[in-house]
This record gives sequence, structure tokens and C-alpha cells, in this order.
Amino acid sequence: MSGPSFKPNFTVDFLVIGAGAAGGVMAKELSSAGFSVVVLEQGPYLREKDFTHDEIKYSFQLAMTNNQKLQPVTFRKNESEVAKPFQAIMYGRQVGGGSVHFTGNYWRFHESDFHERSVYGEIPGTSFDDWPISYADLEPHYAKAEVELGISGQAGANPFEAPRSGPYPLPPMPVKSSGVLFERAARKLGLHPFPAPVAILSQPYRGRGACVQCGFCEMFGCEVRAKSSTLATVIPVAEKTGRCEIRPNSYVRKIEIDSQGRASGAVYFDARRREVRQRARNVVVCANGVETPRLLLMSKSARFPEGLANSSGLVGKNLMWDNGALSMGLFEHPLNEYKGIQVTRLIHDYYRADPKRGFYGGAGIDARFDYYPAAFALSGLPPDAPKWGAEYKKLLATYFTRTMSLLAHSTSLPMERNSVSLDPDVKDAWGLPASRVTFEAHPDDVATMKWLIDRELEILDAAGAKKTWTAPMEVEAFPSVHLMGTCRMGNDPRRSVVDRNSRTHDVANLYLVDGSNFVTSARQQPTATIQALAYRAASQIIAAR
Amino acid sequence: MRVPFTRRQLLAGSLGLTAWSEIAAAQQHAHTAVQAAIPPKLQSFDAESAAEIDAIVAQILPSGDGPGAREAGVIYFIDRALATFDADKKEAYQKGMAEFQEMRRKLFPASSSVVALSNDQQIELIRALEKSEFFEVLRTHTMLGFLGNPSYGGNRNQVGWRHIGFENRMAFEAPFGYYDAEARKGTLE
Repeated sequence: MSGPSFKPNFTVDFLVIGAGAAGGVMAKELSSAGFSVVVLEQGPYLREKDFTHDEIKYSFQLAMTNNQKLQPVTFRKNESEVAKPFQAIMYGRQVGGGSVHFTGNYWRFHESDFHERSVYGEIPGTSFDDWPISYADLEPHYAKAEVELGISGQAGANPFEAPRSGPYPLPPMPVKSSGVLFERAARKLGLHPFPAPVAILSQPYRGRGACVQCGFCEMFGCEVRAKSSTLATVIPVAEKTGRCEIRPNSYVRKIEIDSQGRASGAVYFDARRREVRQRARNVVVCANGVETPRLLLMSKSARFPEGLANSSGLVGKNLMWDNGALSMGLFEHPLNEYKGIQVTRLIHDYYRADPKRGFYGGAGIDARFDYYPAAFALSGLPPDAPKWGAEYKKLLATYFTRTMSLLAHSTSLPMERNSVSLDPDVKDAWGLPASRVTFEAHPDDVATMKWLIDRELEILDAAGAKKTWTAPMEVEAFPSVHLMGTCRMGNDPRRSVVDRNSRTHDVANLYLVDGSNFVTSARQQPTATIQALAYRAASQIIAAR
Repeated sequence: MRVPFTRRQLLAGSLGLTAWSEIAAAQQHAHTAVQAAIPPKLQSFDAESAAEIDAIVAQILPSGDGPGAREAGVIYFIDRALATFDADKKEAYQKGMAEFQEMRRKLFPASSSVVALSNDQQIELIRALEKSEFFEVLRTHTMLGFLGNPSYGGNRNQVGWRHIGFENRMAFEAPFGYYDAEARKGTLE
């Protein structure tokens, strides 16, 4: 660690909880503006030298995410069920958070994403709503994020994209075989494929080298610092200001409130599980869409008996899922998709919802391959293939290099019944209540995914796939890695948790900045918007002082 | 981002198996001389149990047309996994192998061990149990031992990676596959 070291009883200007996609940005912006900052991160401080191409360690033992052994999560579909331990959600758990192990997809939302309720009207049974901010409010912050972090892409290549104030700072990544096949097929069908915008360097940039195409992005940390995580970008800048301390292995159990009802700091367990109290003038929670509401619900007090900043009762409600539809295709010649970054081409043609379909929803569809060898052997073959034996082994040798996937990233409607709450029985390794996830997709979301599978199969057929198949459709078959909606943003304190600047309605010096702010899910791929929200929240805080 | 697990694999991988705590590991191995070549440096199994498991994993990924689970050293991978990161699955193995032995005695009453069964009999035995929770654990471990990092004791000489066409390198350069090479040629011409 290269930053300063503050004593816990020294009252810092800002205490940031969570050093991930948003927390890293907040740390850099606030410390650069002259504030003293301590960032508490529940996970370790890993460096590039700690990362390896070890599928067992990262994909199966989940060394860089929450895992059930340490922090069990329980899951149920609705309130009538008793939640059972199941890893329903996944988040990055180290300095840099999910920005370290994410695939790197970096989509801006479309203009309409911020006011879809006005466009499509009420959807019964949901809390579908407009955001209190517009795309124009966020645009400068998307632009700043792209430039500061280092995003590769091609402005103007997507005819559906929202207006941009400038180009991407780096050209797109080289196209892979999946991208070539997808692009040809999409054009044949009259669609508009474009190079994927990714948080991965196509060329050297600001002291970091270009991607070496090793293929280990999703679920892995980048050994060459070519992935534009906050670990590789803004966190070192924050530390260099001399005003920001990143404190890893610090697991917060409670945000404290003073007699005036203002946040005064937090109590956390350090690496040796001793309780430490860090004092601060302001608290910014960037712990993600599950850990943020969990921490607020654990921070009960006489003044806030239902959980901190929860006068609306909406803390933890409106959880939105990482909905997607996955199809696969086998091709004649080797694609060798395991080489290079996961995604190089996608379409936004089906992004807009179309009432003519009979349901609300839309998606971006990308061409990708995110199977590593063992995972492919376990779940990459078609459902009609044998699961073991000589024929199975033969298929592995043919399919691994010749298969690609199409993944549609689709809408998840907000509903209050879908939530994060504290499990009444199950505790984590620190004795804190486990996150209990309650989730069942809206029928429109399911209809959207089914509709998208057909679109994907059309594309795979047009691409000349010899065989196509689809992955299981049930939503709970996959853990959600996009954690959104649980402390929604709004102008009305009765119907939202934070205001348009990510400040809680209830506590004047408490901010929540992460996916929990999202009012709607747009079409997934939330990282760019999470980071734009962080740049915006920081700019509002700085401007107000 | 999608994580390439099915829910079933996640359950098999991390949960649920502790429910098998009432294990009466009544393995009634006939004291058959075990012929399989399992050198005596095992941490979790005795040589006899190791040979029985080895006989099953060698059917999951047979040797036939090139190296299989046996050449990759999958049994050593499993042995070490149960002594290290998957120690909590030891019980599942005891119970699961007891199930296999029970089924073996039911199907082939005259047999003395899985190792001693014929090739066809071994396949029949696995078919009878391929839907069991333990078989999913064993299949998962077999794939990790065949295709995981060799530092875990399996995938010896990278035979698993070679079989599927995965090249373990730190860097690649485009073109990566047939179609992007073809497209690139098209642009150059």
C-alpha cells in the first residue's frame, strides 16, 4: 500500500465503504479534491503478481468473489418460502471489487433508459419508474469515466447509441472469429453489429500496456494491468494524493449515527476480527447492490429502528437480476474462442422495448465465449450430448475450439417483492446475518428472454452454425452478478432511498453510490453507469463544499 | 457476465452434501489384490479405495483414443483435493462409494470390486448411478483433474488441455481462429 495511514480515532472527511467500481472512483475524486479519505474494503489487497490463470481457484473456489463458505447467501423465490443456502448472487471481493474480475463490457445506457416509464406507461405489479436524472445529466460523467479509466470502442458504430460528447480514448479490440461470424450473420439479417466497448486497453495508455489477449478476463484479475479496473487506474491515483488510505480486510458491520442523526463513522472487523471504529464527517457506501442494503439493515438504532436511511421502507427492495438468454452454436472450423477477450461484437437492434411484441423488454446481444476448459467440459456441450464416456470425450475435442455463444443481456423489471433482507437464522463467518435474496422474474422478463432465444438462433443459423442449442432458461439457474435497484434513486423520499445525487433522503451526510441506486435495469452491463453515477455524485459533493 | 455453472453444479460444488452425515460407510471390500498401478503416496484414500475410484473416473474419461483420466492423474488430483480445498467432500466420497459398491453387489453379485468388473460391467454400473448427486461430484472432480491447472496434481503433462485443443499461453495474437483469419485475408486482398 502506498497511501497514508490514518488513526481510526482521527476524524477523516470521508469514509468510503467498498473499494470497487464506484468506491475506487469516489476515493480518487474526493482525495484529489483535497479531502482526507479512508476506504474500508472487506476483501484483500491483491496485486497483479497475485493473479494467475487458475480456473480451479477463481471459477470454482471463487477466490475473488464472495463464497458460501465464508459468507453464505440464502435464496427463496417468494416470501412464503423459507430461504435456503444458495449462492444466488456474486460480487468482487478485493480492492477494485468487481471491476477486477469482470468481463469488461462497458455500455452506456441509452437516453430512453432514464424515462422508460413515461414512454411505456405503468406496468402493473411493478415499481417501473423514470429516473430522477436524464442521460444528459450523466453524459459528461460517462465521458470522464471512459477517458480516466481507459475504454476501447468505436464511437458512432452503434446507430442506436445515445449522443456522445467525444470519442472513446482507444480504438476497438481486434475482432475474434465469433465477432466475424456474428457480424456477417447480423448484416445478412439487416441488423447493425458494432465493436464491443470494453474496459480493456487495445493500445498502451497512461502508463499501462495493451492487452496481450491471454483470454482470462471474466472471473480473473488481469496480470498485465490491461483491464481498466479501479485497482489498475484510479485507486493508485487516490493513494498518490497522500490523502487516501485503502484499508483492506476491513469488514463493516455497522454505520454509526450521532445524537443529531448524522453519520459519524463505522464499526468494522479488521483482518484479525477485532472491532475497530473509524470516525468520519461523511460516509459513502459503495458496497454493491446487495452488501449496501444489508449494511443499512444491520445499522439499526433507536432513531432508525427499521435500518439506517430506511424511512421509505425501500432499503433492500426492488432487487433486479442479471437476466440473460444464452444460445450456443457449433461451427465447422476452429474458432479458438478461448484466445483473446470474451466479447468483440454486439448488437443493440433489440434494445428498445416494442409494445407490439406483447410484453415490455429488450436487450443487447453479444457474441462471446466465456467458458474455460473445465467449465466447458461440465456445461458447454449440447443437452443431448452424453455426460461421460468415450463419445463424450470425443465431443469435447471437437466442440471446445469450435463453439461460440450468443448472450442477450435483457431487462429485469423492478418489483418490491424481490429483495435483499437479513436472514433470520443463517450467519456468516463473523456472526453477522446472511443476505437473504428473494427473487422471481416478472412474466415480461421471462417472455423477453424466450423471444431473445429465437433471435439468437436466427443469427446463429445465418452464421452457418452446424448445430445450435440453448442454455437452461430458469432465472435461478445462474447467480446474478449485476446487483441493482435495492436503494433506488428518486425525488420523493417516500418512494426512494437516495436523491438524484446519491445522497440518502434521511441522513444528510450519508451517500450510497453503486448499483443499488438504479431505478431500472436498462439492458444490464451496469458498470459504466455505476461509475458515471460515482463521478457525478463526487462532483456534486465537491461543488457543494 | 455469466458464470458457466448450472445450479446443479453449484449445489454439488459447495452445498448440500453435508446432509449426508448419517453415513454408515459399510464398505465391504473383498480383500482382492488391487492390480491398478496406484503408487503409495496418497493422502485421503488407501490404495484399494483409490483404485476403485480410479476405475470409475477412467470410464468417465476413458483412455482409448489418447490419454484419459488415468493418464492425467485424476485420482491424485481428487486425493489431494480431499486433503486440501475440498476436505468437506470426504464424507460424500465415503457415502458415494458405498452406494457404488452396493449397486455393484446388486448388479453383479459374484463380483469382488469395481476394478475387477469387465469394461461393459463398469459402464453398466455407472449408468445405474449417473443421476446421483455423488456422481455429479465425481464428474466435476474428474473434469477439474483433467482440465484444471496441473499444479493441483492432475492434467499431467497437460494431456487434458491438449485433448480439447487448449493452448496454455500467456499471450496470443490475432488471428485466433479460422474465421477471423479468413476475414483478415479478405481485407488484405
